[in-house]
Amino acid sequence: MSGAGPRENVFATRMALTNTKLRLKGAETGHSLLAKKRDALTTRFRAILRKVDEAKRKMGRVMQLASFSMAEVTYTTGDISYIVQEQAKLATFRVKAKQENVSGVLLPGFEVDRVPGSDFNLTGLGRGGQQVLRAKEVYAKALETLVELASLQTAFTILDEVIRATNRRVNAIEHVIIPRLDNTIKYIMSELDEMDREEFFRLKKVQGKKKRDAGKAEMKAITDKEESLKQLDEQQESTVDLLSTKDADVIF
Amino acid sequence: MEGLFFNVNNGFLEGIVRGYKSGILTHSHYASLTQCETLEDFKTQLSATDYGNFLANEPSPLSTSTIADKATQTLVDHFNFLRSNSVEPLSKFLDYITYGYMIDNVILLITGTLHERDTHELLERCHPLGIFDTMPALCVATNVEELYQSVLVETPLAPYFRDCLSAADLDDMNIEIIRNTVYKAYLEDFYNYVSTIGSTTVDVMHNILAFEADRRTINITINSFDTELTKEQRAKLFPAIGRLFPTGNNALAKADDIDQVRQVCENVSEYRSFFDNSASGQSNGDLGDFGVAAQLEDRFFRMEVHLNKLAFLQQFQYGVFYSYVKLKEQEIRNITWIAECIAQDARDRMHDFIPIF
Repeated sequence: MSGAGPRENVFATRMALTNTKLRLKGAETGHSLLAKKRDALTTRFRAILRKVDEAKRKMGRVMQLASFSMAEVTYTTGDISYIVQEQAKLATFRVKAKQENVSGVLLPGFEVDRVPGSDFNLTGLGRGGQQVLRAKEVYAKALETLVELASLQTAFTILDEVIRATNRRVNAIEHVIIPRLDNTIKYIMSELDEMDREEFFRLKKVQGKKKRDAGKAEMKAITDKEESLKQLDEQQESTVDLLSTKDADVIF
Repeated sequence: MEGLFFNVNNGFLEGIVRGYKSGILTHSHYASLTQCETLEDFKTQLSATDYGNFLANEPSPLSTSTIADKATQTLVDHFNFLRSNSVEPLSKFLDYITYGYMIDNVILLITGTLHERDTHELLERCHPLGIFDTMPALCVATNVEELYQSVLVETPLAPYFRDCLSAADLDDMNIEIIRNTVYKAYLEDFYNYVSTIGSTTVDVMHNILAFEADRRTINITINSFDTELTKEQRAKLFPAIGRLFPTGNNALAKADDIDQVRQVCENVSEYRSFFDNSASGQSNGDLGDFGVAAQLEDRFFRMEVHLNKLAFLQQFQYGVFYSYVKLKEQEIRNITWIAECIAQDARDRMHDFIPIF
């Protein structure tokens, strides 16, 4: 097992083991955090998706209504485009940008800021003024829907990207980093075990040798003793036999 | 007495105009027009009517504005034929009809000059009925003072401008106020002029013009609620003719909401129906005053059509010419409306046009 799969190039030491274990723990914490983030973002993403869908449908309806109200204006008043263009001096419909923080992601949002009053509210004074006003209201509503849709759509794209990145990270941690650290740990453990076993064997060997040596020494001691005893015996014998035996050295 | 000599000068043209009138789309035409699925069908249906092939040379994706433009062009052609064949006093009468459109055009040019735009490109936007020979001369003016002088010199509208406005007013006043001031002067002048050309014409035209004046008065009142237009200014814009004048006008000048307008209209039997079932309009439109006002505009159109139709019941008078133009205008509006409904696929609103015959 320890040999299979990629692992980091470390020396199999206790120090490296501790380090790797710490890193594994960090990776696991990071993984769970990122997974939580991903889940939060996905929930948000789904909600936005639903809203985008709604907003798009709404936009379809509202835009239809708006262009139809324009048709009504044309019906009663005729062409007012030039008058309106020239009379409008101040934007009454403004868009403000804001930021929203969703689990560390900054989502830009757009807000509608309508200034009451209008430069051309006398348009169609003699005829069709109500239709003009109504068209204005309907178009303002249509614009509001558009703005809403715009902020949703931006959030949608940004969230999509962020979710992808987070997913990549989560998967990378889950399938690459954590197995690698695991492998490294296993490798270090196995190496250490191996070293342990070697050490043990070496110790055994040393011990065995020592024992053997000791046994040898003992044996020797025993034989020595026996020898000396024998010698003693022989000496005793010789003392006994000294007179009785003829010593070659003694020439006389 | 007029009947005796009317045909000497005007019999031909009256015949022509009555012929034109019978070319106005009838109920069955509208019925087949509303059946159309696309604008191409619409074009085919229209070619079976008096409009003929007026859209024949248009490139294929038809827009509703092209249809409106071309239809207006047919009206203008008819009108120009009438005018070039007419003699005094009919020609003068026909000129008076164009003054209303002329006012709109001059106002457009004034708007352009005020904002220092190139007024030449505005000439295309002008209503073709209100175009007069010296109109390009107005484009030469670079500031409002010059424009005012050229309007006085070059246009038949000089008396209206001279009496109501000074050059400085053009700068200061809202363009809509100018438009309505001038229009008021025009209506009154037209009213007076009509009085000089024979009693039958007076009968017919006074009815129509009085209604037109009252309609403007009511519209101005309703449209000036919640705007910067003061009540004194509002009172100045009311034409001094019509059935509401003078008591109704005074009351309308002080009115603050639509209910007061309704009370004023109650006093005139012809206008009583305008506000009739506005309660139902409120419930199904849920737009409050918008609904009432929108319905009101519709009823004004109906009333206008009705009055203009009545004009054809009288012979030996000039009212038919005015009525023809107005009816044709309404018809163009109807056609545009139906075309718009087809283009935008709003079939439920398609029948909101005002049938003429």
